[in-house]
Amino acid sequence: MKNELATKLLFELSVPGRRATQWPDSDVPEQSLDELIPSQFRAESAPSMPELTESDVVRHFVNLSTKNFSVDTHFYPLGSCTMKYNPKRHERLAALDGLGNLHPYQREEDSQGMLQILYEMQEMLGEIAGLPAVSLQPAAGAQGEFTALLVAAAYFRDRGEKRTKVIFPSSAHGTNPASAALAGFDCVQLQASSNGLVDPDDLQSHLDDSTAVFMITNPNTLGLFERDIARIAGMIHDAGGLVYIDGANMNAILGITRPGDFGGDMMHYNVHKTFTGPHGAGGPGAGPIAVRSFLEDYLPGPVVRKDTAEDGSVTYRLADPPNSIGRMRSFFGNVGILLRGYFYLRTLGADGLRAVSENAVLNANYLREKLKDILPVPQGERCMHEFVSSGKLQKDERGVTAMDIAKRLLDYGFHAPTVYFPLVVAEALMIEPTETESKETLDAFSEALHAIASEDPEMLHQAPHSTPVSRPDEVAAGRKPLLTWTPCLND
Amino acid sequence: MSYLFNTPQQTEEMLAAIGVGSVEDLLEQIPESLRLDRKLDLPAPKSELELEQHVRDLAGRNVTASSRSCFLGGGAYDHFVPSVVDEIASRGEFYTAYTPYQAEASQGSLQAFFEFQTLICQLTGMDVSNASLYEGGTAVSEAAFMAMRVTNRHQRVVVLGTVHPEFRQVLHTYTDLLPCEIVEIPCQDGGADLNLVKEQLDEKTACLVVQQPNFFGCLEDVRELSELAHQVGALSVVSVDPISLGMLERPGNLGVDIVVAEGQPLGIPLQYGGPYLGILACRKEYVRKIPGRIVSLATDRNGKRCFVLGLQTREQHIRREKATSNICTNQGLLALRATVYMSLLGADGLNRVAELSCRKAHYAAEQLTALDGVELMFPQPFFKEFVLRVEKGVERFTDAAREAGFDIGPLLRQFDSIDPSVRSQGVLVAVTECRSRDEIDALRDAVRDF
Repeated sequence: MKNELATKLLFELSVPGRRATQWPDSDVPEQSLDELIPSQFRAESAPSMPELTESDVVRHFVNLSTKNFSVDTHFYPLGSCTMKYNPKRHERLAALDGLGNLHPYQREEDSQGMLQILYEMQEMLGEIAGLPAVSLQPAAGAQGEFTALLVAAAYFRDRGEKRTKVIFPSSAHGTNPASAALAGFDCVQLQASSNGLVDPDDLQSHLDDSTAVFMITNPNTLGLFERDIARIAGMIHDAGGLVYIDGANMNAILGITRPGDFGGDMMHYNVHKTFTGPHGAGGPGAGPIAVRSFLEDYLPGPVVRKDTAEDGSVTYRLADPPNSIGRMRSFFGNVGILLRGYFYLRTLGADGLRAVSENAVLNANYLREKLKDILPVPQGERCMHEFVSSGKLQKDERGVTAMDIAKRLLDYGFHAPTVYFPLVVAEALMIEPTETESKETLDAFSEALHAIASEDPEMLHQAPHSTPVSRPDEVAAGRKPLLTWTPCLND
Repeated sequence: MSYLFNTPQQTEEMLAAIGVGSVEDLLEQIPESLRLDRKLDLPAPKSELELEQHVRDLAGRNVTASSRSCFLGGGAYDHFVPSVVDEIASRGEFYTAYTPYQAEASQGSLQAFFEFQTLICQLTGMDVSNASLYEGGTAVSEAAFMAMRVTNRHQRVVVLGTVHPEFRQVLHTYTDLLPCEIVEIPCQDGGADLNLVKEQLDEKTACLVVQQPNFFGCLEDVRELSELAHQVGALSVVSVDPISLGMLERPGNLGVDIVVAEGQPLGIPLQYGGPYLGILACRKEYVRKIPGRIVSLATDRNGKRCFVLGLQTREQHIRREKATSNICTNQGLLALRATVYMSLLGADGLNRVAELSCRKAHYAAEQLTALDGVELMFPQPFFKEFVLRVEKGVERFTDAAREAGFDIGPLLRQFDSIDPSVRSQGVLVAVTECRSRDEIDALRDAVRDF
């Protein structure tokens, strides 16, 4: 019989009386607990939590880790997520005592090294964006969007303008409309055009003096550069609105073109995508924003300022911009992720950064070419760093869905692409190889997909066959969610 | 070039396969006029060796919790982190994975998040937890939004002035454009004035927001405050220190509807304020209004137990502008750290850490207030943190401590929203299980004649 301890839950492994940690005896004079904290505040009994040894815990989580696909173990071409290699040096450096063990309320004079790093990070992000004013505070890309919309609102309020409308293309990331709604704006969605790009004429018909912000991802979620972006930005500006660039796809354009140069007024970075913060099974990320100078005073604080004394000595300090929208979160920001971004930028420099984008674009176009006979791309002749194939051919001819293909890829040892997004492509498979993959890997991936294209459809409907579990019943789980373990689950 | 694979020869082969002459040709979609006509102005690249030397130099200019005795608090604490936490969290299979959309390829992370949810429920006494939010401050705002959805009251949120000043600032920022009034109740003696609270709660109020222990370290009467909220049909939202629940009554037993927390004390390094861990748990009737990711137990095609992302229909990628929040990421790696931490400690270990911190904090308060001109600012019971009033100069007091190798703080002066009489003379002191009696005695001696 197979040893199934490895798949049990912590709670099922628990044995009363086991202990994993030992704590020192109290070295201060014993007082009765009633003197410290009146009994009305104290718990009458301990919560029911698992009781385990240290080796129980280690074996449990190491076994769990082997059930994951990850960048360190698999090719992970998950479109829009930029799953590139995470350099190991970053982990060691971020954990240095002087950085990892620094308290957020440590005095400025005792945090000069950290403040210098964060200041330099602000400067570098401003240069890469072509938008000089930066706040590192937002905790994630979606919070960066929300932050920028609040900045825009504060700007319009100061100008005495009442602008209520945020416009975005139908291919936008779902967080764009969600952020706009959360900030209290009305959302207007543009219909997709046949070439996958924003249609300036369609956009024009939605513009008026209630237009606040146009949100656009460029390159867009189809992996296409919006050629008309300068004209589009001009139209928004003529209507008195601001242009927001969702920076999720910055990996394609580093050092080649800049949001500030092609008309953007505000943008966020996904530091965890573009600058290799590891994704951590969903987070943490960091979503700093960069804006034009006329929006600088509205940025959320704190930001880092540099003071140079007459004798040339430099000090760094925290400050709130004068008309700041306020804080987006407690303390400074997701510093641990910003540090990894800083290490990455200091490793690559200008040439390295441009090489990143060139290789990301090369890899994507190469893979696109290799797959065009089985998974054609409906929009565009070329792509930037990612592309969206349609599995429609496979579905029409063989009854094989994008989901079937995605699941079967797991059997071949590849993580699946993003499926069914963006919604504008039928049976979408959104593939992003990134620059940190080799030609050999791309060839192997292409071979796997070609093999899948000739496999028995019935077998594909049942895929994957080699993973610990296969095709969870998500509908049933949604109808009757079981979100915590209880003892009766084992009955 | 670092982190790139293709050799020049391979690049040529790939370009030939595509049918173009150069990488430049691939970029033809970008109009010439929009291209950057110069190199980015960035510092020159560094090798790994040079980078490490540079970063070690910068890191060496910071004073950390291990270079001076750390009595700093205010929402981030120097609690001990067992070795196993770092060991597990540094496994590449965990930290280089993505949001577990493909359940079959992510059972490790999904099961760990399910265990996190269960442990948070056990710790708080609540029914359901999500798989984490950004951090404690935004968690308060998400809880307030959630209360608005549950009660269908969008006009008013009442928050105690003893809630962390930065959490309150975030709440103001988050609601700035919405028709929601944030009413703050000033608290001058370190705890809520129940009569004042009662006056401010009305039938338009979505929720009452309380912090336990509060920003000043003092304990609030959560049961009574929750009762007051319920009397007007509002929800009770309480932000807790998770370590305190090793000792204090669980919010689930006190009538609380939504519990939020900054999870940093659960095995997460200080790292200058982030990334941290937002926790949110609630009663089961509100499960479909909960923001963020949730993992659900499910069965696969063969009837085998497995885990999936659950209740996704509430979320931004399905509901877009009607989504329950715009949160896309969770704090997966930090939720994992907290899960490992809680698994190692269990109820007994959490109780030990809470009790040690509490005993040492009380000893420290006793020693420090025995000094001339130093007294407790508030008469309320406290857990591991307390405010000292130093009439003859709070800054000279902290300077003397620093000089001798002790960091205490933050000074309350840096928080504009705190009452001026409290602000000017107050300093927070936090004491965890990591501080020894010797350190506390030495601190006392160092500030004896400041």
